[in-house]
Formats: sequence, structure tokens, C-alpha cells
Amino acid sequence: MARIIGTGSFMPRSVISNIEMEKYVETNDEWIRTRTGISQRHISMEDENTGDLGYGAALEALKDAGISPMDLDYIIVATTTPHSFVPTTSCYIQGKLGAMNAACLDINAACSGFIYGLELAESLLDKKDKQYILVIGAEVLSKIVDYNDRSTCVLFGDGAGAAVLKKGEGIKGIVTGADGTKGAYLNTGDFKVRNLLTGSNESDNMLTMEGKEVYKFAVQILPQAIRSSLLKSEMNVEDLDHIIPHQANIRIIEAAAKRLGIPMDKFFVNIQNTGNTSSASIAIALDEMNKKGLLKNGDKISMVGFGGGLTYGALTMVWNK
Amino acid sequence: MILERVQAVLAKELSLNAGDISLESNFEDLGIDSLDLVELIMQLEDEFDIAIDEAEKLKTVNDVVEYISSKVSE
Repeated sequence: MARIIGTGSFMPRSVISNIEMEKYVETNDEWIRTRTGISQRHISMEDENTGDLGYGAALEALKDAGISPMDLDYIIVATTTPHSFVPTTSCYIQGKLGAMNAACLDINAACSGFIYGLELAESLLDKKDKQYILVIGAEVLSKIVDYNDRSTCVLFGDGAGAAVLKKGEGIKGIVTGADGTKGAYLNTGDFKVRNLLTGSNESDNMLTMEGKEVYKFAVQILPQAIRSSLLKSEMNVEDLDHIIPHQANIRIIEAAAKRLGIPMDKFFVNIQNTGNTSSASIAIALDEMNKKGLLKNGDKISMVGFGGGLTYGALTMVWNK
Repeated sequence: MILERVQAVLAKELSLNAGDISLESNFEDLGIDSLDLVELIMQLEDEFDIAIDEAEKLKTVNDVVEYISSKVSE
């Protein structure tokens, strides 16, 4: 039993519009906007690495929740692009926050990461000794994007979002899953084994994507996951006040809305400003809704993530801040 | 009739009149981009209960009708 008591987000200061992207890549604003819904994205500078963005979002979330870093029992960071392999991004953030009572864990479920993180936090909060858990979705996707690949590089952006969870009524049904047989459709290539036995072995770990296959998966799984989550929550699609989907591509959201039979205005969309920020996207969207006063206690919200893995996750909650 | 069912799916998906969709209709001319095409293929797969591979080879309504006819009669 868990509820969200605070949210935060933090974006890199540099905003690159589609028009600006035209300077770096052979593309155009109209193509990007009509194909994806994206108008701009934020891109990190060196002092805005994953942990720095996560830290910024964490500060905001703690302030919104009205608790101090020392109150945190656990920090979970969902990321595909960590600050470093070791120490984890969560440890980096914990150190900066001074949250010395918190255990720290990074998880990677790609674009479903925030949902996976919330599921984990909810289970942890069932334990007697845990009161407050911070879940962060943070990405500097620009570290793995191939800016020579115009079919992918325009899609992704950097950013972080965070939520503080506490025991209580709020989150209802969570479903998470994956289809690893489709992993190749969104991959960065293997970290090749290279050591004193194998000799040097170049590893180029840039993101590649089979867009059509990922689109197909997403369009099918988005409504399916929401329906499963609603079933678990003993609620109906008509009960929902808001749906917060992972912000991958507006065409996916439109196709899914059609399949669910729900009007587009129930779906919160901010992809035009953020691009696809993977694990951070739902967290950033939730914070935006919260800070804009779009959520009131009692509102029924579904969130759904899908992406690399291929993974998916959905949850339904009643806003109870 | 396969053509009629294909026309119905296309008309619904693209918000067109079935009458504006003929055998010769070319997807590009109908204003369908690659993502629309993926969605369209998925709808056609559901409508006819078949799997459509080689979707890239389907450029006109006639291509689709011929492909489906061959699969459905198997």
C-alpha cells in the first residue's frame, strides 16, 4: 500500500528545437513534428550528467513532499544511461542529498523503468521498517544516441523526474512484464568481452532501433497493459480521469487511444517539449501535471510505460497527496 | 468480398470514403506514411485473421487484395 506524496523534475538547460537539429542532421521540423509530435528536446552539458539531473529532480520531490533527505529509507534510480557503473547513480544522488539512512539501488527496465521502480518501492513499503522511498527516473540518452542516424537521433532527450512514496492508500494495480525475444528491436549492442585473453575488441554501444517493430509492440501493449492494470485495480477504463503514457511518440498514443476507445484529451502529452526521455518520461509528465494543478485528490490515474527489452508496465492509482 | 473489406478497413483507419479507395489507389497518394502503414497492416491482420509479412512490398490497394486472397485461400 503506497501513495505518492511529492513529485519533482529537472531538465538540462540547453533546449534544441527541431529547426536547430536541422543544423546537425539531415532532417526537418515538419517531418519530426508530424511523425512523432516532438518539437524540441533538452540535451545535457557535461555538468548535467545522469546523477546531476536525478539530484535536481530529487530535491524538488523532497520539497514537494515536505520531508528531508534523512527521512528517506531507500532511493531507487531507474535509468538506461547511468552516471557510472559504480558507484550507482542512486549512491551518487544519496551522497549529494546527504540521505544517509537510505539504501541505494539502480534499476534498468528502459522506458518501463519508472513503473518497475514504483512497483518495487510499493513492495518495499510493505515492510515495517520502511516509511519513505524516493523513486527517480533519470536519463542522459544523448550519451548513447547516434547523431549520425537521423531516424533515431531526433527522438530522444535528456531529463529526470522523481516521486516520493509513503505508506498509504493510492497505488492500486501494477502490472509489469517483458518480451525478451524482441530485444533486438531496440538495442545498444553487446558490451563485448575484451580482456587479456580475448585481446582488444571494439564495443560501439550506440542505440539502434527497428522503429516499425517497436511501434507495433507499443500500440498493442499500451492498451493491453492498461486493461490488465485496471482489472487488478477493479476499475474500468471509463473511470479514469487521466492517463499518463510513456512519451515515446504521439502516434503511438493516438493509435492506443483509438484501440481503448478513449478520447485523446484524457492522455497527458508533453512530448512536444521533452522528446523521448525513456525512464524519466512518465516521472517528468507526472510532475508537470502535479505542479500545474491538474491533479486533485480522488482523481483516478493510469500510467503506462513500454520500451527497450522489450518491456512494459502499467499502474492505476487514486491521487492521494 | 476481399476488396470491400479492405476498403472498409482503410476508410475507417484513414477517415476516407470507401468510394475514394480503388484497386489502383497508391498508399503514398492516399497520404499514408510508414507508421500509418504499420497500423493499417495490423488492422488488416486482425480483420482477416492472418499474419502479413513483407508489408514493405504492399504499395497499392491491389497489392493488399492480391496478398490477402493468396493467404486466405491457402
